Amino acid sequence: MAKGVGYAAVGGFLWSAYLDETKASPLILRPPAAIKEDDFLKTCIKCGLCVEACPYDTLKLAQPGDHQPLGTPFFTPRSTPCYMCEDIPCVPVCPSGALDESSVTTNGHLDINTADMGLAIVDENSCIAFWGIQCDACYRACPILDKAITIEYDKNARTGKHAFLKPVVHADACTGCGMCEHACVTEKPAIFILPREVAMGKAGSHYIKGWDKKDEARLKDAHAIHTTTKVSRQKAVDKLNGGLEGLLDE
Amino acid sequence: MSKIWNSYRYLILRRFVQIGILVLFFGANAWGWKILEGNLSSSLFLGTIPMSDPYAVLQMVIAGAVVASDLLIGVAVVTLFYFLIGGRAFCSWVCPINMVTDSANYLRRVFDIDRAQLERQPIKRSARYWVLAISLIVSAFMGIAAFEFISPISMLHRGIVFGMGFGWAAIGLIFLFDLFVLKNGWCGHICPLGGFYSLLGKFSFIRVHHLEENCTLCMKCKVVCPEKQVLHMIGKESLPVLSGECTNCARCIEVCDDDALEFSIRDLIQNKKTGE
Repeated sequence: MAKGVGYAAVGGFLWSAYLDETKASPLILRPPAAIKEDDFLKTCIKCGLCVEACPYDTLKLAQPGDHQPLGTPFFTPRSTPCYMCEDIPCVPVCPSGALDESSVTTNGHLDINTADMGLAIVDENSCIAFWGIQCDACYRACPILDKAITIEYDKNARTGKHAFLKPVVHADACTGCGMCEHACVTEKPAIFILPREVAMGKAGSHYIKGWDKKDEARLKDAHAIHTTTKVSRQKAVDKLNGGLEGLLDE
Repeated sequence: MSKIWNSYRYLILRRFVQIGILVLFFGANAWGWKILEGNLSSSLFLGTIPMSDPYAVLQMVIAGAVVASDLLIGVAVVTLFYFLIGGRAFCSWVCPINMVTDSANYLRRVFDIDRAQLERQPIKRSARYWVLAISLIVSAFMGIAAFEFISPISMLHRGIVFGMGFGWAAIGLIFLFDLFVLKNGWCGHICPLGGFYSLLGKFSFIRVHHLEENCTLCMKCKVVCPEKQVLHMIGKESLPVLSGECTNCARCIEVCDDDALEFSIRDLIQNKKTGE
């Protein structure tokens, strides 16, 4: 019995350590409507019904050797992006709730434009449009063209007579489908998808855009934080009521 | 010909069922068949009936997942089937690892490895219940379904349907372990899913029944049985095999030349007993 408990403890710790390592893969891209990564790992039963429903073979189940949490669905946009089907066949088939249909539903209809698989990031150093070479491959490939990616015009001071046509990604519209990454002409893509958790910073709630009415409205019910405590008040009263004893002791 | 059929009929049927299920799953992914979609973790039969691995869902719930109702219905379907009817039949009729460990076991008999390792069994058969308990504890602490991330069973059926990767290594490991280290090592000693179904299937209706008056004590059944502790009544008493660890594989029935073993229904056995 004692020997069994010993083996069990050792095994349990090794097992836990392994699981902790597998869980730590922040760069994985999930199907549309996937719940938060932490909950996703708990909830996905790895049945592959989403993979079977995907008409483009975008989704794969992680195999041993993929270095991703085993058996869970993911996609690699550089090889096959999400083509953003309007009927989102991969989501309603999910039996476990790891893909949450309500998160891609607006007014009772499935709406793939509200999906959030990740966010496109442009590396301005390797993007040839930022060098001054004309390329709008990502902009043209974007299924939410002119909303998720726009082209910003700028003067090319080096030549003095040409324009830069720089792609700019807008985080509020980008779904992370990866069609831009798929289309990018550079050897290693200069625009690529990262999970939002990884790609985005966070300003914190104490910064408010004063010029934005909606953001400014957050101040409406704001009030100062009072830090007086009952204990400190009571102590002072007790001291005054305590009379003069002790004062003249010395 | 009929002799071969007689002594291998259940084995042939089992392989037919095991491989058939995998073919249906494979066809669903490769060619869009709508008969059996998904894999053994969770599936959809004929596009309507969900089936889910109750042990996997138990781990998920313990890990803190809020699972959807489809999954719970699937669990109910599978649980009721094995609890009421099949017993531990998953292990010998459905699980693809069974083919791996059966072939290791066959080679053990061919090369007489059993005899060489007669006295030394490094792990007890109760180890699987320990693994089962640890898997649930680890699931609770780590917040993910512990066994589902290392399960060689899932690696194999998922691998066959969706792509194997380096999953072969895990399968090879089990094969070599069963062949050289421990007889019935994986299925009979370690696998927590087998342990789970042993507990779940304890009360099912379908049971192997021993008829002591026909027995000639040849012990062929005990040689071939992967869980031979369940056959403790052989040659002693006419009893049904009531241990949940019996996988209902029926190898004992077909190797018996004396009709001393057969399938029967639990309730009928009891009626006969009280009638006598």
